[in-house]
Amino acid sequence: MKKWDLEITSKTEWWQWNLKEVWRYRDLLLLLVKRDYKASFRQTILGPIWFFIQPIFTTLVYTFVFNKVAKLGTDGQPPALFYLSGVILWNYFSTSLTSTSNAFIQNASIFGKVYFPRLIIPISIVLSNLMKFSVQLVFFLCMLVYYTNFTTYSPHVSWHIVLVPLLVLNMALLGLGAGMIISSFTTKYRDLAYLVTFGVQLLMYATPVVYPLSMVQGKLLKVILLNPMTGIVEGFRFGFLGTGAFEWGMLAYSFSFALVMLIIAISLFNRVEKSFMDTV
Amino acid sequence: MEERIVLKAENISKMYRLGLVNSRSLTADLNRWWHTIRGKEDPYLKIGEVNNRAVKGSSDYVWALKDIDFEVNAGDTMAIIGRNGAGKSTLLKLLSRVTQPTTGKIGVEGRIASLLEVGTGFHPELTGRDNIYLNGAILGMRKQEITQKLDQIIDFSGVERYIDTPVKRYSSGMYVRLAFAVAAHLESEILIIDEVLAVGDMEFQKKCLGKMDEVAKGQGRTVLFVSHNMAAVKSLCQKGIVIENGQKVFQGQIGDAVKHYMSKGAESALCRQFDFVRNDQFALKEIKISNDPNDQDDLLLDKHKILIESRFDVLSPEVSHIAYHVLNESGEPIFSMGTGDIALSVGENKITCEIPAYFFQSGTYYLSLFVISKSQKALLIEKDVMSFLVTDGDRLMGAYMGREPGDIRPQFNWYRS
Repeated sequence: MKKWDLEITSKTEWWQWNLKEVWRYRDLLLLLVKRDYKASFRQTILGPIWFFIQPIFTTLVYTFVFNKVAKLGTDGQPPALFYLSGVILWNYFSTSLTSTSNAFIQNASIFGKVYFPRLIIPISIVLSNLMKFSVQLVFFLCMLVYYTNFTTYSPHVSWHIVLVPLLVLNMALLGLGAGMIISSFTTKYRDLAYLVTFGVQLLMYATPVVYPLSMVQGKLLKVILLNPMTGIVEGFRFGFLGTGAFEWGMLAYSFSFALVMLIIAISLFNRVEKSFMDTV
Repeated sequence: MEERIVLKAENISKMYRLGLVNSRSLTADLNRWWHTIRGKEDPYLKIGEVNNRAVKGSSDYVWALKDIDFEVNAGDTMAIIGRNGAGKSTLLKLLSRVTQPTTGKIGVEGRIASLLEVGTGFHPELTGRDNIYLNGAILGMRKQEITQKLDQIIDFSGVERYIDTPVKRYSSGMYVRLAFAVAAHLESEILIIDEVLAVGDMEFQKKCLGKMDEVAKGQGRTVLFVSHNMAAVKSLCQKGIVIENGQKVFQGQIGDAVKHYMSKGAESALCRQFDFVRNDQFALKEIKISNDPNDQDDLLLDKHKILIESRFDVLSPEVSHIAYHVLNESGEPIFSMGTGDIALSVGENKITCEIPAYFFQSGTYYLSLFVISKSQKALLIEKDVMSFLVTDGDRLMGAYMGREPGDIRPQFNWYRS
């Protein structure tokens, strides 16, 4: 039996992840991220400033609707900081999820012509969004500094902010995993794609983005605690603003949830990538 | 050189489902799933039909490829030829891992790169330079590899002046030039090329084919080349596989493969036997058109003389001579030519008409046969008895700048006066 460098067969093993190959294509990954960044601001004057404008307006609207009209509390925080923190986190998660869930369909023309590890595309999407998130995070920090120095607000930044990179990673994995599972199911039957767009919107209300977790009680609380994003949003606010719930248990739950989902996602994605061109 | 197999395909087949994806296909999917979890064979694999797009089949499932086996040695240049829909592209897709075979196995030694399209992944908003990197990386090159070759690539493309302009501002010609330039600098042990790569204007086409030739012959790499262009195939490749209706019908030296491919098409057969063109006075047996009667490879080049051999039985002394009308693609007669002075004898006659080189332009021509009596009456008329395609070999190879007007191109004498 001859030893081949590459065997193309009709079978796909669930556990064949080919991560080595993904590593070999790491340059492509970086170039794709660079492409997304460069391409998104070509022929704009404000350039990356557009990254700020969307969260600013969303924060303004949330402040008006949820704080002023609906009179929801903000755990004693300035509404701008409270909502902004929720908005940038949620934006990162939801855009990662929705764009990853379109990975196969959006890139069908490239996938149909050339082979490279398909996993590169979802990872590049999540990384591109991470860049956008980082810029927004800097903006959030500026706001925090502004409130500390120019208003009566006194900050409660705790040591827990060292956990922020971990929280972001957790969020990235959640978005990646969920998006990949959805994209694996939508290559042949598109029905799920319709569900995603409004499903993500609804999910935001099951996450303490526009309200603090402390407001929720009873059975509803149990449901909201099942949401793996809850621990992340609350943990983030605890680190920067000093309010909200911080529990190791919640974080551990979110992280394990993300890992299990990711394992399922990669296995599914690997099965589908080999032949999705026939059905897409 | 030692024969080392670098690519081996065993038994590969690919089944496609026709029609729409809807709730009916969901039923089929569920049925298939139910069979697999009970450890049974996929019920739909049995009902696949041979792929022939022209014939209506009874099944929703067709075999785009069925049981293809072949081996490629290191350094081989192999052509894959077949008609539209024969399965060439499917085979390429399997080899380049765009999709998976339904059955079978392909083993590959060394890096394999495929070029099914130029400019895959080009982003219109990015500059030429950025796109070189992006496209190169998609094709499997490392960043430093591209940096090393950047100057060569830009030079080859001939769009240096625009290299820092977004490619959406490029003309379509510049776009493909840049795209091909990236592809041409790929370094993999095995290269799979689709013929659509020969793009752009004539000058650039020549450059592309020249580059492919260099890759195939000069660098000793293994190349699989898919094409309809028999002249290009013959000049670039040593070996060939002919695919027909998803099955391999021939594998061997390129000359034999082209012959096999051409002889299959009724409309392009340049040697034809007749038993239906006859009456009491005359019976046509065979017409054979070639550049050289000893080399029947079914490709007529304009740069050689063209021989039309007619074999027929004269059954009555009443027959005086035969004539052909030559018609162009639109069916307009161009001229008439007859055996004239040659006295035909009763019994078998074999007559050859020699048309000088560079007489016909490239294109398809038709012959109509007229059998004339001694009293100048037509005894037998057979319209469009034969057709032949004259190929401009130089133009196919990109050396010549296009077809001139008209059907014929007689070589007259020109001198200073």
